[in-house]
Amino acid sequence: MQSQSANGQRRWRADVYVTLKPVVNDPQGLAVRDGLHMLGYNEVEAVRAGKYIQVWLEAEAESDAEKRITEMCDKLLANPVIEQYRFNLVEQSQDDVE
Amino acid sequence: MRFGVITFPGSNGDHDALKAIELGLKQPVEAVWYRETSLANFDCILIPGGFSYGDYLRAGAIARFAPIMDAVAEFAKQGGPILGMCNGFQVLTEAGLLPGALLPNGSLQFRSQWVHVQVERSDTPWTAGIDDGTVLKLPIAHGGGRYFADPETLARLEANGQVVFRYTDASGNRAPGANPNGSLNDIAGICNEQRNIVGLMPHPERAFDAIIGGDDGIKVLSSVLEAGIAAVAGR
Repeated sequence: MQSQSANGQRRWRADVYVTLKPVVNDPQGLAVRDGLHMLGYNEVEAVRAGKYIQVWLEAEAESDAEKRITEMCDKLLANPVIEQYRFNLVEQSQDDVE
Repeated sequence: MRFGVITFPGSNGDHDALKAIELGLKQPVEAVWYRETSLANFDCILIPGGFSYGDYLRAGAIARFAPIMDAVAEFAKQGGPILGMCNGFQVLTEAGLLPGALLPNGSLQFRSQWVHVQVERSDTPWTAGIDDGTVLKLPIAHGGGRYFADPETLARLEANGQVVFRYTDASGNRAPGANPNGSLNDIAGICNEQRNIVGLMPHPERAFDAIIGGDDGIKVLSSVLEAGIAAVAGR
């Protein structure tokens, strides 16, 4: 399913997960937790809310894509003062519909 | 003194700031479009409130990369007085010009109300005309004003006297209920280590005349005039 364009670039999708650092209070997560309790899901101990960001990009190798996405996370997608992030890279075929 | 007010797409406090300087201070003031790249014509800079770039991703996160921000960083480096109000404060933290970050309010509610803040430090250009300990009544209008910094940064801010404004009751006492957003240490506004950049969540530019509910904001905005005169006298 791999695809390689004429210029040697492969296509990737990065699934980026940005979450608040554990030390940062998350009132949104607390409100969702309380909502789940009200629905009767009393087994819920904790909820933390974050962001899921998809980025499509071209890169020759997975390591290149990883390096670029890391930069993007450090510079914009996450704020290192309050957030942490992780991501997965999924190679895209030419036929993938976005 | 020549004031510049930066307008980003989504700023909505820029005209309040322009009016406050024009009518309240009677000083020359100009709007600076975010695509501009020079601040050479100005003696001090205001970064106004609003929702720059729709607050997308995080409040202030995208405004930080606007073309004018390189000039703002350079202006800051040279010691020029910069005041960030509300979204302006958020932009300054995202840009790394002020430490910490501003998170969604603890209540998750947008808060639009009058608050009291105590001025703790008069040794910034934006508080030079105010006695330490003075309580100001200023309006707020924000959904994300909960100041956060890691424990080391917070301790450093307190030790260096970089906490400039703190939420209190009308008598200047820290009290439950006086803090509208759950900020750490009841912080309403801080300055950088050089003390030329100040950011605060309340809106001094929306309190420049008793006819609009209060004029305590003028004390903040006019401080830079006194600071400017003192700087000239000190040379």
